[in-house]
Amino acid sequence: MAELTLVQAIQDGLRTALQQDSRVVVLGEDVGKNGGVFRATEGLWKEFGDERVIDTPLAEAGIVGAAIGMAVNGLRPVAEIQFMGFIYPAFEQIITHAARLRTRTQGQRPASIVIRAPYGGGIRAPELHSDSTESLLVHTPGLKVVAPSTPYDAKGLLLAAIRDPDPVIYLEPMKLYRSVRQEVPAEDYEIPLGQARQVRKGDDLTVLTWGAMVPMVEKVAATWEQRGVYWDVLDLRSIYPLDEEAIICSVRKTGRVLIVHEAPKTGGVGAELTALIQEHAFLWLEAPITRVTGYDVPVPMFALEDDFRPNQGRIHQAAEKLIAF
Amino acid sequence: MLQQMDQVDIQLLRSDGSLTDEGRPIWDSISIEMKLHFHRWMVLARTFDRRSVILQRQGRIGTYAPLEGQEAAQVGSALALDREDWIFPTYREHGVAMIAGMPLDRILLYWMGRVEGNIAPEGVRVLPPYVPIATQLPQAMGAAWAAKLKGESSVTVAYFGDGATSEGDFHEALNFAGVFRLPCVFFCQNNHYAISVPFSRQSATPTVAEKSRAYNLPGVRVDGNDVLAVYHVMQEAVRRARRGEGATLIEAVTYRKGSHTTADDATRYREEEEVTDWVERRDPLTRLESLLIQEGLLTAGQVEECHDRCREEVDSAWKKAAKAEAPPPSHLFAHVYATLPAELKRQRAETEGRSYG
Ligand SMILES: Cc1ncc(C[n+]2csc(CCOP(=O)(O)OP(=O)(O)O)c2C)c(N)n1
Repeated sequence: MAELTLVQAIQDGLRTALQQDSRVVVLGEDVGKNGGVFRATEGLWKEFGDERVIDTPLAEAGIVGAAIGMAVNGLRPVAEIQFMGFIYPAFEQIITHAARLRTRTQGQRPASIVIRAPYGGGIRAPELHSDSTESLLVHTPGLKVVAPSTPYDAKGLLLAAIRDPDPVIYLEPMKLYRSVRQEVPAEDYEIPLGQARQVRKGDDLTVLTWGAMVPMVEKVAATWEQRGVYWDVLDLRSIYPLDEEAIICSVRKTGRVLIVHEAPKTGGVGAELTALIQEHAFLWLEAPITRVTGYDVPVPMFALEDDFRPNQGRIHQAAEKLIAF
Repeated sequence: MLQQMDQVDIQLLRSDGSLTDEGRPIWDSISIEMKLHFHRWMVLARTFDRRSVILQRQGRIGTYAPLEGQEAAQVGSALALDREDWIFPTYREHGVAMIAGMPLDRILLYWMGRVEGNIAPEGVRVLPPYVPIATQLPQAMGAAWAAKLKGESSVTVAYFGDGATSEGDFHEALNFAGVFRLPCVFFCQNNHYAISVPFSRQSATPTVAEKSRAYNLPGVRVDGNDVLAVYHVMQEAVRRARRGEGATLIEAVTYRKGSHTTADDATRYREEEEVTDWVERRDPLTRLESLLIQEGLLTAGQVEECHDRCREEVDSAWKKAAKAEAPPPSHLFAHVYATLPAELKRQRAETEGRSYG
């Protein structure tokens, strides 16, 4: 097994998918010769050629529209949007077409596509590159939305996404692209969509999180462990559909919930999780469900990025309040 | 490939610094002051650019988009504008922004990740750099439309790259501008690559200029490394727009000498031979400098002095930018809404270490 970074694991997953299934094509801006601006497609163009790893014109609606058409006509396209901040030109295609083709054709011609997009902040990217607007996509019926936080999950989730019959938005936390290495099997394997990962086990507090927030939460959890307080940390991995069972089980066990996400608070996925818990575990709660999120402001230019994103201090303080409640 | 790049509708100043027959009378009709402006601004833009790349390498500013190679396109076009004209730039138009009146230290602040870098001084009609490709085109078209509706004489210029011509926004903007005869100039700097993808992969037409026919607009393909030709063509387009005759699409054929940004590596997708040809044979600044020296408008010593002065100017801009006081975290909330909703007041209070509500 090789030790891979998250971005290398994605590349490995793409390579595996391209090898295994001749219907798989990869398309997007700079994915070919250049190997992707983050090198997620490095080497694939050389290996698989211009017809399977396709440099497209600079046109997000065109890329997603083309992917939908390819899927309708039997291919399994994996489209790359260079940064999530640039997915909006493709929203028309994603929301009015990809998400509801299955319904509109009554199951006859679903848009079985994967849209990959680096997302989130923390790498001092230029303006408008660092959005985490997963809730806009989660709110759109017909889409699935996933976000890995480890190299192992990155490959397995990607392969599952490519083989999933529905359109899957696969979000890649830029901050984690190269920050960790992990053993990743060379062979084919899948991480099923809709299953959370138990990151730490504990009885005192449930923490629900995903993407780049996972390692941050882990760090704070470790300091609490030294004080004898044990956190039950779930990396949701799949933001839609949610692993309701894992979430509810954990909440019933601990009675205290902290939700940490990078996206702004209002209307964020944290609000959905809160409602879900109210519906299914209200009587088990011992403290108000608490959210630590990005603020409700446009993602700032990077001088203030660290003030916008949740940090260890804010997570720590929120936990303090919850535990003392 | 190189052959095709050479084909432009208009070139007035050849690569070797000599004027064409058509260029001579145009050059003679321009004031000495303007000729020296061409030079000073191109030197300043290049000096600023090289310094910024170094500052990025030193970790003092963030990812930066260099313009070197495109000085003539930017300077020639911007000098043809009036103070009342609107500019909708991309992230690469530092040369345009400085001419329009953005102080250098503000431009640097932008690349330091500071929102203050977006604020234009009073009377400067430059929008902040547009990062999502082509999104400025419909907006520029709208600004031009407003000018027309209000009976103002201002013209709007949208700057964009060749890759932007693939986006639907390009089509929609030019289509409206054509239908409504809007006072707009669509100024494309065709530097041949959208990051790594060559123009032949963006477009089935060999040129950007010819796309104007679909919108019934004039389209001009100009040597973008020839400051005189760019200035001349831009002046015509601006005059046309002011006379109420509508929009023009200009394609300035140029080349970025370096990588797309400081986070990119252009050796992965460009042939060395092509790069050398543009860097050594077609440099827009050496071309102008040799003409100015031949014409006796500057001595080699004065050229040197100009470079020195520009270095000093960039130095002091950097000193000023580096000293700018960092905004407090509560600044995140400063301009999100005209009046801050309660939830945002609570969030702001948190960044100030207080509680609210
Ligand atoms: C809508 C959108 N998609 C993708 C990107 C990522 N990106 C930034 S610059 C660029 C290439 C732009 O090329 P071009 O329009 O030719 O302008 P140039 O940078 O060459 O001046 C890309 C793909 C973006 N900024 N916006």
